[in-house]
Amino acid sequence: MKNIPISAMIGLFFTALYFLVAIFAPLISPYGMAEIVGDVWEPASAEFLLGTDNIGRDLLSRMIYGGRTTIFIATAATVLSFTLGSVLGFFAAVAGGWVDQVLSRFVDLIMSIPTLIFALVVLSVTPVTVPMLIIVMGLLDSTRVYRLARAVAVDIEVMDYVEAARLRGEKTAWIIFREILPNALSPLVAEMGLRFIFMVLFVSTLSFLGLGVQPPEADWGGIVKENKDGIVYGIPAALAPAFAIATLAISVNLVADWVLNRTTSLKGGRG
Amino acid sequence: MSDPQLKVRDLKIGATVYPPGEKPHDIEIVHGVSFDLEKGKVLGLIGESGAGKSTIGLAAMAYGRGGVKITGGEVWINGRDVLKSGTGDIRKLRGGEVTYVSQSAAASFNPAKKILDQVVEAAVEQKKFSRKDAEARAKVLFDKLGLPDPENIGDRFPHQVSGGQLQRCMTALALCPEPDLVVFDEPTTALDVTTQIDVLMAIKEAIRETGVAALYITHDLAVVAQVSDDIMVLRHGNTVEYGSVDQIINDPQEEYTQALVSVRSIEHEEKEPTAEPVLSVRNITARYKGTQFDVLHNVNVDLYPGQTLAVVGESGSGKSTLARVITGLLPPREGEIEFAGRVLSPDLDGRSREDLRELQMIYQMADVAMNPRQTVGTIIGRPLEFYFGMKGAEKRKRIIELLDEIELGEGFIDRYPAELSGGQKQRVCIARALAAKPKMIICDEVTSALDPLVADGILKLLLELQKIEDVAFLFITHDLATVRAISDNIAVMYQGKVQRYGGKTKVLSPPFDDYTDLLLSSVPEMRLGWLEEVIANRKMESAGN
Repeated sequence: MKNIPISAMIGLFFTALYFLVAIFAPLISPYGMAEIVGDVWEPASAEFLLGTDNIGRDLLSRMIYGGRTTIFIATAATVLSFTLGSVLGFFAAVAGGWVDQVLSRFVDLIMSIPTLIFALVVLSVTPVTVPMLIIVMGLLDSTRVYRLARAVAVDIEVMDYVEAARLRGEKTAWIIFREILPNALSPLVAEMGLRFIFMVLFVSTLSFLGLGVQPPEADWGGIVKENKDGIVYGIPAALAPAFAIATLAISVNLVADWVLNRTTSLKGGRG
Repeated sequence: MSDPQLKVRDLKIGATVYPPGEKPHDIEIVHGVSFDLEKGKVLGLIGESGAGKSTIGLAAMAYGRGGVKITGGEVWINGRDVLKSGTGDIRKLRGGEVTYVSQSAAASFNPAKKILDQVVEAAVEQKKFSRKDAEARAKVLFDKLGLPDPENIGDRFPHQVSGGQLQRCMTALALCPEPDLVVFDEPTTALDVTTQIDVLMAIKEAIRETGVAALYITHDLAVVAQVSDDIMVLRHGNTVEYGSVDQIINDPQEEYTQALVSVRSIEHEEKEPTAEPVLSVRNITARYKGTQFDVLHNVNVDLYPGQTLAVVGESGSGKSTLARVITGLLPPREGEIEFAGRVLSPDLDGRSREDLRELQMIYQMADVAMNPRQTVGTIIGRPLEFYFGMKGAEKRKRIIELLDEIELGEGFIDRYPAELSGGQKQRVCIARALAAKPKMIICDEVTSALDPLVADGILKLLLELQKIEDVAFLFITHDLATVRAISDNIAVMYQGKVQRYGGKTKVLSPPFDDYTDLLLSSVPEMRLGWLEEVIANRKMESAGN
């Protein structure tokens, strides 16, 4: 773990900080998530470090719990979309022929509908629960991952070492997981960083529009929605989640860049 | 003779390297090279890959490719040191006084512009000629270089001419601005032998007639012997030997030069066909999916146990397609393949694990034939595990045995392919094929990406292993020197047909058919005056024309 560049250090530090805060939210937050403890929109003070929100709950506590929800949903949806998207993408590349055609055209069809509108339509007819959110976001996003994974795998699939594995008589599963996956990992990891951030924005957008995390549960998009009227009166409460999303996005990408650099080095990525 | 056209003194070139896990640092790749080149003379720079020959060639244009920096020394062209010249002077130098012919003309021409426009571009840009004069000059050069229809060939696009013709167009491009010096960087390496010979002749004539000085960079000593006056042998950025062609070829002083001159010293006695053939290819006709013409026409060859069948031919002759048909990657349209007494299923899916195990393959590019994310131990160990179910200590013991057989040793077991040299990579691929205990191995151009001395080592190893393991080789190659060195039987392929087939001695003795004659006579020989002799005696035009 030596020779970590300074940018990656910063990224690692803040990413770890956000995740730790999310995991230990009940221990860290000074007040309960939905507990009304003060007046409406109190300014920052020693008692309420970030002030209070539109109905007098502690903003810092809500940010901490909100971060927990947002990060959890985004992580789960990213994992789902990557597992599904990359396995299907690799499979399409290895199988080729009509399997590839059917899968790829189906993905094109889904992608031709704007993601946000698709999600809004689906969520308006299904119960909006956290597992449902994760599934809808993960499935919709897996189309993007599918296209990347397929494009990367198609290039790897024509390499002589994959042909050598076929000539040896290896099964498709070995070719996907042992020959292609290790070599496709770097672009996928870089994409994962980006996709995670898109997921954070996606769930925040849905919550802001009222079809995401339902009150009184907190999440960053929901906090913006609750406090947006305050902006007119010069109350900065709605800016706190925006700031959190921005710093998380930058930190995660700094880490993803570093991973990308390491895995593309000549030593086979494990040096 | 007055001052030399090009005078290089103590040229030092450095580069920054970025080894993984270490801080980037500078290394020196050329350590003080000096030479003179007079007007109308040709200096051959020769060496293995990594010897610094291309780097030196580009330094003559005051240019360093990639992260390469010229760190010291002098390069005098027309009486001034170009390394100390300003940007304006260098602009005039490149494409005006010094021009460059690269290895791959196909990659160097802009596919969207007509050839003539590209050929005259530098001459017009440098204000050496008006557009009209430059075009007239280009047409004269096309004619001199032996291109067909010199008046109109310039109106074609690069993809409308053959590889050999395009390489000559590039030579015309370099000669068009009336330069004082031309740098030829491996101009014939990517061409087939029969095409190479025409391009070589054209280049030689053009140099003689225009009287320019030329630097000729190549790894092939036999080629450089035909075109140059002096030769400089380079290794690891140092001059090994520098002298006239005559002296280098006939009386090399240094050990390394002697090794280069005497390369392919392998002697192999032809063996008589024994018993039943291990592989019989019968009446194979094949075409690629979606195309309308056959790449292979009625091919019949036999391979006997423990022997080597060399399949020789130029690019496009169908020799690699034959390998794909045998391995089952391309099911044939007609014909069948009998292997070890049984008829093989035409496609891969229908073959048993035993069929696959007994028929192994070694590839041309060892770099891409091994998964870069697997260690040598995994690469060699997988066939052991897959075919024989070996595990743990037993597998490791066998891997080490195989590593010893390919002369590498236990220390390589945990290395990744990127940590091996070209020759070592090819050895690991050989070990992977041997691990399956095959009856037969298809070797597809296994030595053509390697430096001559390394390739020699690989061939010796293969012959050695053939004796120990009693495995048969189907050896696909375009290099006749390799064929002479290792084969028992030879099949000469031309346009998808077997042109000539039989024992080595029979195939390589007259009377020849026209194609075999052309192919055999086109292999560069390491003696002076060979080129002229061959051109005078040819019976058939090469396909590149």
